[in-house]
Amino acid sequence: MNAAMQKLLGGRAGAINLALLAGLLLVVFPLLLEPFRLNLMGKYLSYAFVAVGLVLCWGYGGILSLGQGVFFGIGGYCMAMFLKLEASDPVSTKIQTTPGIPDFMDWNQITSLPLLWQPFQSFAFTLAAVILAPTLFALLIGNAMFKRRVGDVYFSIVTQAIAAILTILIIGQQGLTGGVNGITDLKTLLGWDIRSDSARMILYFVNAGLLLGCILFGKYILSSKLGRLLMAMRDKEERVRFSGYDVASFKIFVFCVAAAFSAIGGAMFTLQVGFMSPSFVGIVPSIEMVIFAAVGGRMSLLGAVYGTLLVNLGKTYFSETFPELWLFLMGGLFIAVVMYFPNGLAGVVDTQGRRLLQAIKRRREVKPKPAPAAAAVRPEPHRTVTGLEATK
Amino acid sequence: MSDVISSSNSRAIGGITSNRPVLAIEGLTVSFDGFKAVDNLNLYVDRNEVRVVIGPNGAGKTTVLDLICGKTAATSGSIRFNEIELTKMREHEIVRAGVGRKFQTPSIYESLSVFENLEMSFPRGRMVLGALTFKRSPDVVERVEKVAQEIFLADLLHQQADLLSHGQKQWLEIGMLLMQEPELLMLDEPVAGMSVSEREKTAELLGRISQGRSVVVIEHDMEFVKSIAHKVTVLHQGKILAEGSMESVQSNPKVIEVYLGH
Repeated sequence: MNAAMQKLLGGRAGAINLALLAGLLLVVFPLLLEPFRLNLMGKYLSYAFVAVGLVLCWGYGGILSLGQGVFFGIGGYCMAMFLKLEASDPVSTKIQTTPGIPDFMDWNQITSLPLLWQPFQSFAFTLAAVILAPTLFALLIGNAMFKRRVGDVYFSIVTQAIAAILTILIIGQQGLTGGVNGITDLKTLLGWDIRSDSARMILYFVNAGLLLGCILFGKYILSSKLGRLLMAMRDKEERVRFSGYDVASFKIFVFCVAAAFSAIGGAMFTLQVGFMSPSFVGIVPSIEMVIFAAVGGRMSLLGAVYGTLLVNLGKTYFSETFPELWLFLMGGLFIAVVMYFPNGLAGVVDTQGRRLLQAIKRRREVKPKPAPAAAAVRPEPHRTVTGLEATK
Repeated sequence: MSDVISSSNSRAIGGITSNRPVLAIEGLTVSFDGFKAVDNLNLYVDRNEVRVVIGPNGAGKTTVLDLICGKTAATSGSIRFNEIELTKMREHEIVRAGVGRKFQTPSIYESLSVFENLEMSFPRGRMVLGALTFKRSPDVVERVEKVAQEIFLADLLHQQADLLSHGQKQWLEIGMLLMQEPELLMLDEPVAGMSVSEREKTAELLGRISQGRSVVVIEHDMEFVKSIAHKVTVLHQGKILAEGSMESVQSNPKVIEVYLGH
């Protein structure tokens, strides 16, 4: 391993952790889970993009965005618009007053495809829009906020407001967006049926691959000088500013990266779940995504993935068994994490792992024994690189 | 930024001290809700000069530094640094023009190592893409080591910064400024909270680093002021009460009355 790779992966421990996660996502889950469960896992992993983005912008950049659902949603809607247009060909919509447009438009007495929808007939445009639209929106918000030095809690409140506004807009513009139902009945991608088991399997792998790619890109950012600058800004923003840096531009950058990650997650969500609706855009899902990152450890890119999986598995389990208890549990979990495990799972595993390593060093004959088989039931605790180690 | 430095250096090397001051503050006023913290101030700092600003609490000393480095916006007046008007510039632009500023309490990055703290101030990779692709090249390492030597931290390069003593943190912040090679260095109470031996070392450090640049220091410790100052300015209620050599200021009855005491 050359020096650059070493730095990127965070040394041997970092490489092992990444390999463990990759093994879990690419080998263990597909082997152990039946197609339905695997698809569910894919859905959770699409949220993990948001959590990974939050580690960058909240954990390292100190920017707590409570509106990441906005970017998840924009990415998801861009993809959904393309798929919906493909599903609304004149033949299958021939009973409509206006065949060839999405069904909900027809219900809303719209007689021609709105201008906003026209470019989404092109797949290339859609792919570009999935990434660029949310990134540009984040650039706009970031410029407006960070150049004026709106920070901390005020920024969080503004992002919440944006999430609320976008939800209201989507619901209000029923003819354009499908309203509260969202965009449903998505069937094919360029003629390829995305509802079949095999398609879902392929989409799962694409999703997992993209997620690992985002994590690597995140590691690249954190191992660069920019990553150290983000940490420096959290320590002493004024000092960074008076060392000749335009602090706002770095915040905008990391906020845009988080937005782009979220949008990829949103698009992958649409592809795997087959619909997109405003219930993934608003305040509640946005806060849930913050909890995923907090539980996993807001300073750990890998931890964010485990946190997302753990919380969602818990959510599925508890909301099936004790539906009325789930929200309390979720709230309690967040409070517990903030109070007792400020660095989340990753922090716990890190300290425990270090203790374990010391114990091993003391008694040399004892071998470390990872148990990946248990991972399907419950994500395997892993030793994660903390912020400090990542920068070395 | 680099050509600003080189042009000033060439002037200094030429042996002709330019009559133009490095820093010319004229008619500077800032008022906070009608209260004039700095009132029609005129202040000139020459090339290679160590100027100490003293005065009672609330005299406006720190506010003057804030105004120069762009932290506070002036209500009226002008601040010219090497003929560049600073009052309309943003903080990072002022830094890039060659003004470095140390804060009153040590302001360093506690979660980074001493090396990384210094490296952070190396004037390269200051934009987003530059920072992403920044490489720790030999010239960076060399410069960090040289500065660390100067600020007595050469043996602690890989120590995490929050483990340093208070005095060492003050030095580290001065070192971070040196990394930028500023032409004007502004230090707000650099020896506050330091032991006697640390004060002596700091005075020696200031003597060394003031070669080839101008330094403005705010300080309360009169012994320390005496050991470093070329010229002293006494501020009182946002105005200059007295200015001149340490001796003339110390014997000035007005200064004794409002500041130095009996």
